[in-house]
Amino acid sequence: MDTSEEVHYNERDLAAKSFKAFLLKSSSKTNLNLYDHLAQLLTKVMDESPEDVVETFEDMSQEVKRAGLQNTQSTLRDTTPISTATVLAEQQRALFSRKAGEDPAHEEYLVKTPLPNVPELAFYLEQAGVGLGEEEMHRVFLALKELVDTQPLQRCRFWGKILGSESNYFVAEGEFQEGGGEEDETAEEEARKSEHRVDDLEAVAEHTVNLLQKSADKSMPVVPMEDKGTGANKYTYFVCREPGMPWVRLPSVTPAQIIAARQICKFFTGRLDAPIASSPPFPGNEANYLRAQIARISASTQVSPLGFYQFAEEEGEEDEETPRYSLEENPDFEGIPVSEMAESLSTWVHHVPHILEQGRCVWVDLAEKPEELVEEEEGDEDREDEPDKPEAEVGPPLLTPVSEDAEINKTPSWTAKMSSTLVSQFAIAVLRSNLWPGAYSFAFKKKFENIYVGWGLKFTGEGYNPPAPPPTQQAYPSGPEIMEDLEVGLKEKQGVKSTLEERRAVEEEESEEAEGEEEEEEED
Amino acid sequence: MDSDSLRYSLDLVSGCGLTLSCEQRAALQTSLLILKRNYKFSRVLFWGKILGLRSDYFIAHGITEDEMRNRKTLYSFNCVDWHLLPPVTEAQLAEVSLLKEHFKGDPSYEYEHTETRGLDEGDEAVVEEITVKMTEETRLAATVFNIDREVSVVPRGAFIKTPSGRVQVNRCFEGLSESEARKLSSYLHFSEPQHLKKKTILETADLNPSIDFLDNLSEDTPKGSWSLQFERGSISVLRSLLWLGLTFFHVPMTPQHGYIYMGDGMKNHYLPFML
Repeated sequence: MDTSEEVHYNERDLAAKSFKAFLLKSSSKTNLNLYDHLAQLLTKVMDESPEDVVETFEDMSQEVKRAGLQNTQSTLRDTTPISTATVLAEQQRALFSRKAGEDPAHEEYLVKTPLPNVPELAFYLEQAGVGLGEEEMHRVFLALKELVDTQPLQRCRFWGKILGSESNYFVAEGEFQEGGGEEDETAEEEARKSEHRVDDLEAVAEHTVNLLQKSADKSMPVVPMEDKGTGANKYTYFVCREPGMPWVRLPSVTPAQIIAARQICKFFTGRLDAPIASSPPFPGNEANYLRAQIARISASTQVSPLGFYQFAEEEGEEDEETPRYSLEENPDFEGIPVSEMAESLSTWVHHVPHILEQGRCVWVDLAEKPEELVEEEEGDEDREDEPDKPEAEVGPPLLTPVSEDAEINKTPSWTAKMSSTLVSQFAIAVLRSNLWPGAYSFAFKKKFENIYVGWGLKFTGEGYNPPAPPPTQQAYPSGPEIMEDLEVGLKEKQGVKSTLEERRAVEEEESEEAEGEEEEEEED
Repeated sequence: MDSDSLRYSLDLVSGCGLTLSCEQRAALQTSLLILKRNYKFSRVLFWGKILGLRSDYFIAHGITEDEMRNRKTLYSFNCVDWHLLPPVTEAQLAEVSLLKEHFKGDPSYEYEHTETRGLDEGDEAVVEEITVKMTEETRLAATVFNIDREVSVVPRGAFIKTPSGRVQVNRCFEGLSESEARKLSSYLHFSEPQHLKKKTILETADLNPSIDFLDNLSEDTPKGSWSLQFERGSISVLRSLLWLGLTFFHVPMTPQHGYIYMGDGMKNHYLPFML
């Protein structure tokens, strides 16, 4: 009945109200009451949503109580945590300080410095739609200045930026003055020594193996690295993570690394000492892989307007077959109109030598064996089996126009256009590579420049297929000449056994006779 | 990236190497405002640039009421005249992944791609030839849609879902803290969630339904397909390794964020080999 329900309801309501009043009763010691405390505590739980609330509930309760009593004046001061941003800012601050001994009015500044005009570069690149941001380019500029001050460079250039998954690389290209760049010679000498050491070990091994059996597998001779200052190692490269951090010099590149880099496709992580886990295995760590990719990108995408560089005249006879490598700037270069450069690809030419299949720019004939190993040659039979002398590899000569580059999927590997169609008097010509996405070049009257900003990967067209692993090596084929012929062996053993027995029998007889004689002698 | 803050945002994203020239930026500022008025958009976003052999496409998004649904996509060659892209079907989205050539720069160009697939029907192996025919305009629309669906990023808390189901900008978003910005789990995909429905109730207990209605980046496969870096010390930059060219930036402790795609519009199918 309603009344009884109402009565129940009233009773329950009354009980609830009285309990609430109980909760609201202030404590006699402090001025808190349980209702407020519980409300605050549950609000705190709702806001923070901590893990395992039921375990820490009592602690939270204490915290809430303590919070009410907190003294706002604390004698301890918080130390502000140092963020990475401030650390970086400290390092970059050094970029902006003028070093002691530099005088702005000093005449040195009138002399041509190897420092490139990066703000100008940034201005032109921005028109092309490429760039790293104004402030960033300026920081790069100051970092390059620091590089030029510390290293004896004859020429220096901002090569570009390679992106990585954890951090990026800013790359600078430098050409040392003659006699400069001695620091890393020890490392290079070691590299060369290790090559020679390998050859010596090979000689020793072959000598010992000669006694046992002929080795059917001739180990591949190592292609020698190009000398510093020539070919793929003409320039030295320095990298840093952010402008302001110290520049690290990259080691010279070896042909084996270039050949391996052509077969793998990997992202950079940003740490120079990271190992490269790939198939086929890459000889080196990330610093070597980076250097190899830089070499490949430079060889493929560094271009200049036709006529800017010309072949340097050399005295003496020139063999027509050997390609010419020395370039010099053409003082009579007038500049090609921008519209022509934007329309035809034949006005751009490569000025960095192409890297051959071998991994070098200058082909080296490996068939000529050095004298040491000639002694180890095993008979005339092997010489007959050797293949004919391999043909010299020839790549496209220097200063070939870009229009002759191979096409990918029937599309040209370069795209050229003008930076602006509205105002064409002051527009610049921009060339973009489709083969190495991220390589850009621009030209404007007599100025030109190349830059690469990208992931350091080639565009593979149909896709990247990792090469199949090499076939498993064959065990030495078993034939009659090495298998132990059991019958023959048995006979031989029996023959040996019988001769041994005969000999023993003869010896025993002799000893018996000797003993007999002695006995006879004793008896006498 | 919001058209209002374009100048400033481009500077933060330019770590990937591609930016817009001054002329293009000026043109965008004017043309996007006109676009907003003509189509009656509430917000206009500059989505990015797809490089083509002959000319590049500039893409913009127009948003009406709901941030996620009914987005209109427009393209332009010179940042001044904009054309509407047609909506795409699921079949077209699947077909577009078969095309592996560069964009040509001509929207009426027709792609023809034949792929042979071997089907086993009982004892016989039947070779089936599938021909895909598509215009470049459709390919463009499908590519933009795919990129948005797979790699568009927003920080957690930047958008909220009202109880009516509408998604809108969270005006109380003050930015991720420095420590949160370093974790990949603070970033969400800005598209229809795929994994959210498969989560157990235990996992959804921690989530806030108004903020966590999108998929988390840390659940992407393969792991490592995002590169999270702090450029210049304090700006959190996310780059996708699946679609090379997508860059997302966020300045911690501020509500500034945005993403842009500048690249050749081709998916990096070979990502597992490269990691």
